[in-house]
Amino acid sequence: MNDVITAKNVKLSYGDYEALHGISLDFHENELTALIGPSGCGKSTFLRCINRMNDDIENIKITGEILFEGKDIYSPKTDLVELRKEVGMVFQQPTPFPFSVYNNVAYGLKLAGIKDKELIDQRVKESLKQAAIWKETKDNLDRNAQAFSGGQQQRICIARALAVKPKVVLLDEPTSALDPISSSEIEETLMELKQHFTFIMVTHNLQQAGRISDQTAFLMNGNLIEAGKTEEMFIAPQKQITSDYLNGRFG
Amino acid sequence: MKKNKELKEVVDQAIAQQKVPHVKLNKMGPNSVNIDKLTKPSKETRQEYWGKGLTYFAILLIIILVVSIIGFVGGHGLATFFTDHINPIHFLTSSDWDPGEGKNHVGAAAMIVTSFAVTLLAAIVATPFAVSVSLFMTEYTSKKGANFLQSVIELLVGIPSVVYGFLGLAIVVPTIRKIFGGTGFGILAATLVLFVMVLPTITSLTVDALKAVPKHFRQASAALGATHWQTIYKVVLRVATPRILTAIIFGMARAFGEALAVQMVIGNAVLMPYNLVSPSATLTSQLTSQMGNTVMGTLPNNALWSLALLLLIMSLVFNFLIRLVGKKGGK
Repeated sequence: MNDVITAKNVKLSYGDYEALHGISLDFHENELTALIGPSGCGKSTFLRCINRMNDDIENIKITGEILFEGKDIYSPKTDLVELRKEVGMVFQQPTPFPFSVYNNVAYGLKLAGIKDKELIDQRVKESLKQAAIWKETKDNLDRNAQAFSGGQQQRICIARALAVKPKVVLLDEPTSALDPISSSEIEETLMELKQHFTFIMVTHNLQQAGRISDQTAFLMNGNLIEAGKTEEMFIAPQKQITSDYLNGRFG
Repeated sequence: MKKNKELKEVVDQAIAQQKVPHVKLNKMGPNSVNIDKLTKPSKETRQEYWGKGLTYFAILLIIILVVSIIGFVGGHGLATFFTDHINPIHFLTSSDWDPGEGKNHVGAAAMIVTSFAVTLLAAIVATPFAVSVSLFMTEYTSKKGANFLQSVIELLVGIPSVVYGFLGLAIVVPTIRKIFGGTGFGILAATLVLFVMVLPTITSLTVDALKAVPKHFRQASAALGATHWQTIYKVVLRVATPRILTAIIFGMARAFGEALAVQMVIGNAVLMPYNLVSPSATLTSQLTSQMGNTVMGTLPNNALWSLALLLLIMSLVFNFLIRLVGKKGGK
């Protein structure tokens, strides 16, 4: 099994406050890794380190290594733009731009400098199909993406992230703002897509982590407590605190 | 009576048991409930009536004020057409302006053209600067820098227009005279003065527009591999466009209505401007320079009121445009 991303002793601090105390974790190719843990444990912060979305925050200091296909993404040579084309991201709130569906999905492609109209058309169609939103959008690609429902918007955002063919897609609680039906539709979509992409997902929903992830990592107070195969961890966690969390004793 | 006594005992006991004494119950036992007081409006209710009445009164006053201003300006402005029998089309299209007793030379076209030219040119020149400055303030500089620039802009807003006009007269007009020849007065000088005057208006409204663009759009764009500039160009400016347009219209409304500074540098000759450096006059500058020279109720005076009416209508149009653009942006 290939490790697409390897985090080695990642520490992050805002000013004097250290939020992540050295996290080491491997992410395997074509698997979905779920990051779970109580609120404020640093799981979203860690996720955002992987495509360097934390860079803009003032007074932030990140040490350790995150290797993407063997290269340290925090080395000065890394091109942020290139990295983000390889490591896409979907946010908690659906964030379609107030443009048409087509322009939303084509956004990343146009940024990448692709001008071939046919190629863009093809990629847009393909991505919308992959994100399981083609049926709803094929007749109104020109409609403003914000006119769709929350679940549809989130799938348009997933399609937008997939359009540039990233290796890894980061999902920051992608279903927490959605109703149960939309959530399960997104889950099904992710299950399909797992064969082609590597996903890293932050979720508050333990059942969701259990249903769709291959690997689960449990974080607490900025520490990685335990990580491993999802089935093993949910059935027989190695540490008492993991068991307590998974059984709902706290958090 | 017996029941009342029992009730009193229960209440007294309850009060005695309370650790934090109940202020109202201590004063008001079960016997001392004042029926009269409960059925009459309380002090608070009367305050409510008062407050409501006061706001209604203020609103009524404002409505009366607005209606009477429009009525007065409209009445006098229309007198030119009804009492003095000037053809409205002649008023709008002729550039022959010399209203006097017995003369019907009431053509405002030169002033209308100059007013619009000055307004549009000032907006066209100011907008790129305003947008650039706002982008610098919201996207590139630190909070401290933005705050400093903000106070500079507020200072620019606060400078009285006569100062701008004076500066224009002392610096802009001679410079234009040197470069282009002629008198130096004219549309170009007015445009430059107005440019400085509307720049802060457009800038501060554009800053608001850019700040109102939700942060998640920027993040989503960055996460797709956009550079900062690409995000600004393709997302931020596009999302903010309706509000930036509103800012520009606000600036144009200010430029259109500015009188004093324009009057000082435009040359005040009611002539159709054939180039940017020939003396001309706007609706406002003509009003300020001539209003002391006419007698109420005569044709020259009525003609000036017609100009005022035109200005009023234009400001209504600007208001309407702002609402229209705002509504489109809200969708």
